[in-house]
Amino acid sequence: MSNGTTMLTYFVLAVFVGFEVVSKVSSVLHTPLMSGANAIHGVILVGAIIVAGHAHSNFALAIGLLAVVLATVNMVGGFVVTDRMLEMFVRKPPKADVAKDEK
Amino acid sequence: MNVLSPTAEALGYLVAAVCFILALKGLSSPATARRGNLIGAGGAVLACVVVFLAEDLDHMAWILVAIAVGTGLGVPAARRVAMTQMPQLVALFNGVGGAAAALVAALELTGTVRIPGTRLELPSLAAHAQGTFVAYSQHGTVSVTATSSTYIAAAAGAFTVLVGAVSFAGSVITFAKLQELMTTRPVVFPGGPLLMASTTVAAVGVAVGVVVDAHDSRVHPWLLVLLAVLALAVGVLFVLPVGGADVPIVISLLNAFTGLAVAASGYVLDNVLLLVAGTLVGASGTILTRMMAAAMGRSTASILFGAFKGGSTAGSTQVSDRPVRSSTAEDVAILLAYARKVVIVPGYGLAVAQAQHTIHELAEVLEAKGVQVIYGIHPVAGRMPGHMNVLLAEANVPYEQLKEMDEANSELPSTDVALVVGANDVVNPAADTSPGSPIYGMPILHVGEATAVVFLKRSMRPGFSGIENELLYAPGTTLLFGDAKESLTKVLQSLKTL
Repeated sequence: MSNGTTMLTYFVLAVFVGFEVVSKVSSVLHTPLMSGANAIHGVILVGAIIVAGHAHSNFALAIGLLAVVLATVNMVGGFVVTDRMLEMFVRKPPKADVAKDEK
Repeated sequence: MNVLSPTAEALGYLVAAVCFILALKGLSSPATARRGNLIGAGGAVLACVVVFLAEDLDHMAWILVAIAVGTGLGVPAARRVAMTQMPQLVALFNGVGGAAAALVAALELTGTVRIPGTRLELPSLAAHAQGTFVAYSQHGTVSVTATSSTYIAAAAGAFTVLVGAVSFAGSVITFAKLQELMTTRPVVFPGGPLLMASTTVAAVGVAVGVVVDAHDSRVHPWLLVLLAVLALAVGVLFVLPVGGADVPIVISLLNAFTGLAVAASGYVLDNVLLLVAGTLVGASGTILTRMMAAAMGRSTASILFGAFKGGSTAGSTQVSDRPVRSSTAEDVAILLAYARKVVIVPGYGLAVAQAQHTIHELAEVLEAKGVQVIYGIHPVAGRMPGHMNVLLAEANVPYEQLKEMDEANSELPSTDVALVVGANDVVNPAADTSPGSPIYGMPILHVGEATAVVFLKRSMRPGFSGIENELLYAPGTTLLFGDAKESLTKVLQSLKTL
């Protein structure tokens, strides 16, 4: 078990990394970035799996499994919907086509 | 299964955490965004594989079924959702994530599950020191004296339940607003701020009670239920007064909240990956929220508390019956065909009508006639930032025709016709001229500077923020009523016959 100060260190460093990585992003990407970040916190699935896997009563298991379902929806759905958003506008070929058409 | 050593487990989580950082980094640039998202997904899958291999888990079959169910719900929802409905889907995904975090923390706090090595498992501390793991299975029977570590873990757990539940309830309300299951206007009622304040105080009070109750390293379940119920109420009261175009910003904020809840649950479960991933989302989400708010010319505080400061909806409510100049598709076609420069300003109406292909075709016909066509893209046009870019890219509109707001504004004074398709608030001069207006201060596209303005609108209904647009009554303005796609198709037909 890592001690409290180590956890605090991780936390503080992660705050700075989180600030830093998104510091320069065009407004066009705000929504996909929000959606991608949303998918990343779906990693709570790991916590849900751990909790469900250690349940000692049916009630706890039921709640744990509910958490697993919800976390999976968050994670899997989040990445898929982000990919769909990006699929639509990270598309460069049309540029070339139109350039040709104009000539 | 217990096939991974703690070192291998830690390394696996490290790789996953790096994937998440690279994902956020990649998502910040258009060229790498899609790859970034895939890297993030890879990291998430890796994290799940590691937890299965490293932890000694019961109920494996059930867990796999639950994951299958979650995938079965999430993937089709994400695949089938219409472009216009993506923001509310993101809100919903965020909400369920918050709920999951709250449930995880609640289970751990009540001691209905006992996970070896976590902070609430005090007897194990001693066992750990002796290097034996046998004591783990005899949880609960040993009398325990709480240490500061227990109380800190209980506080982190209470924080997770509180923030996770706020995020869940808030996200559900934003979903309902964007889906138009309820009014999109700010919901303000007398005593609202007081109710909000007292509920928050009560929730924090119960959270403190949770920490105190953790003296025997387990918390009474009803205390957590009470905390969750109060937190749900806080979430609802928090989002109700937020209206109109501010809703996407609130989704971003709730997203950051869920990140922090996940981070706190990482502390409770002593899981570094959850701590790091949750913190990354919390921090980047906070920055992102501020950037989104800045794009709309607001401070985050004004969005959250603006509606509390007493109904600043000047000039908003009544739809006046002043005369407007409405026109026919043929007239609009002629106006466009004989212009030298046309600026198209797309908005939510274009997205709703799915008229992006029609507008592109119209632009091509105009260009064939020698008209210069550009698109003026307001950063928050539509219901989410970047909405219009995505929509027009889908219709293969050349990237170089899309002009961001500042560039478009410098083109507008020399423009003959500004064609506003289903946009309203982003061209509403009230943002410049009327200090009492909810959108006051938001940068807008100054379409009024063009020689003529054509609005394609469904009706005289004001925009999402519920504010009337003075520009509609201006002498240079023409209106063409109807669904954007139908109107554009008619204009297109007339154009072809000219």
